[in-house]
Amino acid sequence: MWEYNDKVKDHFLNPRNAGEMKDADAVGETGSLSCGDALKLFLKINKSGRIVDASFMTFGCASAVASSSALTEIVKGMTLDDAEKLTNDDIADYLGGLPKEKMHCSVMGQDALRKAIRSYKGIEILAKPGNTICECFGVTDLEIIETVKQNNLKSAEDVTFYVKAGGGCGKCVEKIEEIVESILAQA
Amino acid sequence: MNIVYTDNNATTKVSPEVLEEMMPYFSELYGNPSSMHSFGGNVGGKIQEARERVARLINANPSEIVFTSCGTESDNAAIMAALELNPAKKHIITSAVEHPAIKNLCSYLERKGYHITFVSVDREGHLDTELIYEIIEKKADDIAVISLMWANNETGVIFPVEEVARKAAEKGILFHTDAVQAVGKIPIDVKAADIAMLSLSGHKIHAPKGIGALYVRQGIKFPPFLKGGHQEKGRRAGTENTASIIGLGKASELAKAHLNEMDTRIRGLRDYLEAELLAKIPASSVNGDKKNRLPNTLSIGFDAVEGESILLLMDQSGICASSGSACTSGSLDPSHVLMAMKVPFESAHGTIRFSLSTYNTKEEMSYIIEAMPPIIKRLRDISPFWKK
Repeated sequence: MWEYNDKVKDHFLNPRNAGEMKDADAVGETGSLSCGDALKLFLKINKSGRIVDASFMTFGCASAVASSSALTEIVKGMTLDDAEKLTNDDIADYLGGLPKEKMHCSVMGQDALRKAIRSYKGIEILAKPGNTICECFGVTDLEIIETVKQNNLKSAEDVTFYVKAGGGCGKCVEKIEEIVESILAQA
Repeated sequence: MNIVYTDNNATTKVSPEVLEEMMPYFSELYGNPSSMHSFGGNVGGKIQEARERVARLINANPSEIVFTSCGTESDNAAIMAALELNPAKKHIITSAVEHPAIKNLCSYLERKGYHITFVSVDREGHLDTELIYEIIEKKADDIAVISLMWANNETGVIFPVEEVARKAAEKGILFHTDAVQAVGKIPIDVKAADIAMLSLSGHKIHAPKGIGALYVRQGIKFPPFLKGGHQEKGRRAGTENTASIIGLGKASELAKAHLNEMDTRIRGLRDYLEAELLAKIPASSVNGDKKNRLPNTLSIGFDAVEGESILLLMDQSGICASSGSACTSGSLDPSHVLMAMKVPFESAHGTIRFSLSTYNTKEEMSYIIEAMPPIIKRLRDISPFWKK
């Protein structure tokens, strides 16, 4: 059983802003059924580029639901420019921390938010840049490098907790170790 | 809040009768069964009684029962003994859906140079026995051991271990079965099937955690896994866990007496739970062969929702069960058992395992049947994959 703090439990048991938004101005989707969690984020944006409302639909574990709920609470009232700078840490901090093994839930929130904002701004989302390292969860080397640097990760296991890479069949764990080691060597 | 406990394939409560029989051996009757004095020797007599009771549960001779610390130790001891007895043979046959005690041990041995065949299962959880028989026909001389679970812990699906064991025996191949989930739930007769080794665990049959047993067929020169003293006739060193051994003996006696109730009343409760959940919750499905299955186990998948979320909401209603999703175990893929059966991700991630014991009641099943539909609906209402 995972140890969730009271705030995570509260956002899971009483999720804020859950449900579809029919007249959303922007939608961001991430995750998939095979991954085991997915988030669809809806934003209502006013003329001056401020998020006036947000809602979500989430498939996943308790921390995925709680992270989505927290995300919608955080972004309400934010300008798009500020929202774009939001990181997974901001979501985890808002919840008073997530178990390390569940950090990928907060990463999912950051990802859906960026996708929603980019699609609203009309920025074309190209195929994921970089080379796919983890086939099970479709994670590229560039994503792993960004996550390792952003969160000061120290091991392949940390990478799995944050972006799931390596958590499926495990074949790519050695490659992930190499990436982490090369970044640590540069630091 | 009352607890409704339907996670008995994970562990069971210690029966009051078992605990009562164990108590004196924690305190006043503390003698070492190996001692020469009668104070210790009397404890030895009680251990012999336990050995007889365990033997009766699986139709073995008492001398064929070796007490161990758990099911995992029994499995490890059996496989390592088989390898030691057959140093020239490098092939192990097992299934793709074994408990980690066998699965991870075999993966370890694979890295050490052994050739392991993980025999696949079909969508219903049935074993590809044809593949096993083909290998037995062609390369019997290279097979050190065949190890198959008697019944699957997640789905309850029963393997035809007796049939495979007989064919293995005909070819002189050692056959081991991890019967941890089957013992006490269905009748087991090691003699009828000519099984060489069988693992069982105390805490799955209302004995305490930390006690198990390994049946070793008479005539096998069993090399001990734990080396040291002469206990268990040299087959498992270490001073006996006397109270727990005595507890396992009593639990075995009770389990034998309850086999009929398992097959009738508990099977009825499981079938009632299954039928009502399927009827009340749309897009739900049972994993595994419904006929050829332990009477106490129900693995049921709910589309478009995730297991950990379901379990935590069930926990709010005091219902204890397990999930087939791996979010709860730290790994990210659904369980290897459901994946081996090619259960679609949609229902695999939302799979819940209910496992009953003779302590469960009809009222408890009705309570679960009332509690589950709103839990699944609540999660589906916020799931992007749920199509109303």
